[in-house]
Amino acid sequence: MSTTRSATAVNPWTAHSVEIVDVVPEIVGVATYHLRLTDPEARVSYSCDPGRFNMLYLPGVGEAAISVSGRNSLTDAWLHTVRTAGSVTQTLAGLGKGGGLALRGPFGTAWPMEQALGRDLVFAAGGIGLAPLRPAIEWALANRSSFGRLTLVYGARSPQTILYAAAFDSWRNRGLHVEVTVDRSDPGWLGRVGVVTLLVDRLRPFEPARTTMFCCGPDVMMRYVARSALARGLSPTDLWVSLERNMQCAVGFCGHCQLGPAFICKDGPVFRYDHMAPFLATEDL
Amino acid sequence: MSEVVDRRFDRPQFLARDRFDDLFVALEARGYHVVGPTVRQGAIVYDRIASTADLPRGWTERQEAGTYRLERRNDDHYFGYTVGPHSWKQFLFPATATVSVATRSASGWSVEANDGRDEPAFAFLGMRACELAAVAVQDRVFLQKDYADPVYAARRERALFIAVNCTQSAPTCFCTSMRTGPHCTAGFDLALTELDAGFIVEVGGDRGADLAASLDLRPATEAELQSAEIERRRAAEGQVRSLPGAEVRDLLMNNLQHPRWNEVAERCLSCANCTMVCPTCFCSSVQEVTDLDAANVERRRSWDSCFNFDFSYMNGGVVRNSIRSRYRQWLTHKLATWHDQFESSGCVGCGRCITWCPVGIDLTAEIAAMQGGPA
Repeated sequence: MSTTRSATAVNPWTAHSVEIVDVVPEIVGVATYHLRLTDPEARVSYSCDPGRFNMLYLPGVGEAAISVSGRNSLTDAWLHTVRTAGSVTQTLAGLGKGGGLALRGPFGTAWPMEQALGRDLVFAAGGIGLAPLRPAIEWALANRSSFGRLTLVYGARSPQTILYAAAFDSWRNRGLHVEVTVDRSDPGWLGRVGVVTLLVDRLRPFEPARTTMFCCGPDVMMRYVARSALARGLSPTDLWVSLERNMQCAVGFCGHCQLGPAFICKDGPVFRYDHMAPFLATEDL
Repeated sequence: MSEVVDRRFDRPQFLARDRFDDLFVALEARGYHVVGPTVRQGAIVYDRIASTADLPRGWTERQEAGTYRLERRNDDHYFGYTVGPHSWKQFLFPATATVSVATRSASGWSVEANDGRDEPAFAFLGMRACELAAVAVQDRVFLQKDYADPVYAARRERALFIAVNCTQSAPTCFCTSMRTGPHCTAGFDLALTELDAGFIVEVGGDRGADLAASLDLRPATEAELQSAEIERRRAAEGQVRSLPGAEVRDLLMNNLQHPRWNEVAERCLSCANCTMVCPTCFCSSVQEVTDLDAANVERRRSWDSCFNFDFSYMNGGVVRNSIRSRYRQWLTHKLATWHDQFESSGCVGCGRCITWCPVGIDLTAEIAAMQGGPA
């Protein structure tokens, strides 16, 4: 018995060839890869909203799901900040400028920028979790007058692992209040020491009714940030988190990334917190 | 120009047993790869078949939790069994498939996705009602609005479905409680009900009508239709297992810490058999397959299972690190979160996971235990 596939349905295994036009070392073990689609037509049609991700494909090695962390409009490149961890990211690190790979995407949900217009917006990030938030920060700063207060609370393990530290002054000058804390200090550090939830606890001023929060970091960090933010009166419907799980297909076909009813790849990675809170709170789900 | 509507096959037809081989001739003539039931290594499986001689004539099976044995029938019916370890899933969503091919060039890599153009056209002979329902479930998984899996979509569009109504149930069957069977009511091109002298043939669409036109059919008699109804009813009335309806979703999601998960985890081997025989389980992984000079690389997708240890591997760790968490993932997905994802249950009541579990874990008993009732 025949069935009809949707006329709009796309083949998810289609991949674009991309070239590494720049590699910017960030912190130890982390670099930002500027990737440009090699096909000029695809370059024009490709677009990726803040918070969405690509599958970076190294043929013969495999794929890794990486959030887009920015765009360089001069070189027409999409930025991917990657921590060298498994075989795919190690191979990527060995390629360098001029290297070629492939990319599927963009996939997943984006930060709800439009919904946050006119409100105070707090970005809460832990570690490399700042990467998926950077395009949202840049978007908000490019539309600075459309928002109330803009704040980044950021926690890193140590002063040496603060991601995008060189950009903080520019962000401050453009109207983002930046607060940073580290878990472990070192002799030259004059800033705060402690977990990022302390920054959420101490945010002044903080008007929960007119605040939206975007949060990205390890699961446990997001749980505690959420607890602090909700304790201060933020509505769970105004808190958004970006989650991570094993992903192989990126469109809900392979089953790996499920958390409760959600496929992190297509229902997320950006979720409204109250939709996922019960599942994040369940061990091993 | 007015369209001529062929009303010939609005009424059920009859195909005599000795003309059943005509069906194979008609399918071959239309270019189909015919797949149907056949006996292999002590089980009725689905494989390429060429004629009625390949069918499991005179065979049936005895099934229970953890048990499957072929037995002789005292007649020569071709379809006098229920379901075996295979499902049609392996032909629409093959256990391994190439999803793309990458070729190295001077400037990098170019990747060509499989667009499905070379996928074969199958005719499935002997699909049961629960199996038609299982295909409808996988349609919702693989044929979505934004994305369609090219391998599944191509095979699915080309496939011809010849259903067979069950005339008996195995003790492991519970399709009536899932409202998926045993009577085939939709989703087929032809549906057969086997009687001693031949088959009642129902036609369900243009492809079925085209096929029916090349068979030696006559309208079925009232007596034949009554016999068929009695046969079909016997299947429905023979079922001893059941699952509750949609309320099972809340039962499971409200009991994620129920002690029964620990109890079942002590019996479960995490072997993944249940997911391999399940006609709706769709999890997969992708591997790179490289030629010797690494200039051509295939991405090959293979069935995977949420019971495999590294299925949830991420950032140097495994999210579901215990059998308890993996069994819970499987059952809650199948019976609960599937409703959220695809607006249907992931279970069609075929009972394969009960029969083919090496330790005989029975999901209907697990649900009963969680409801507080007798296991």
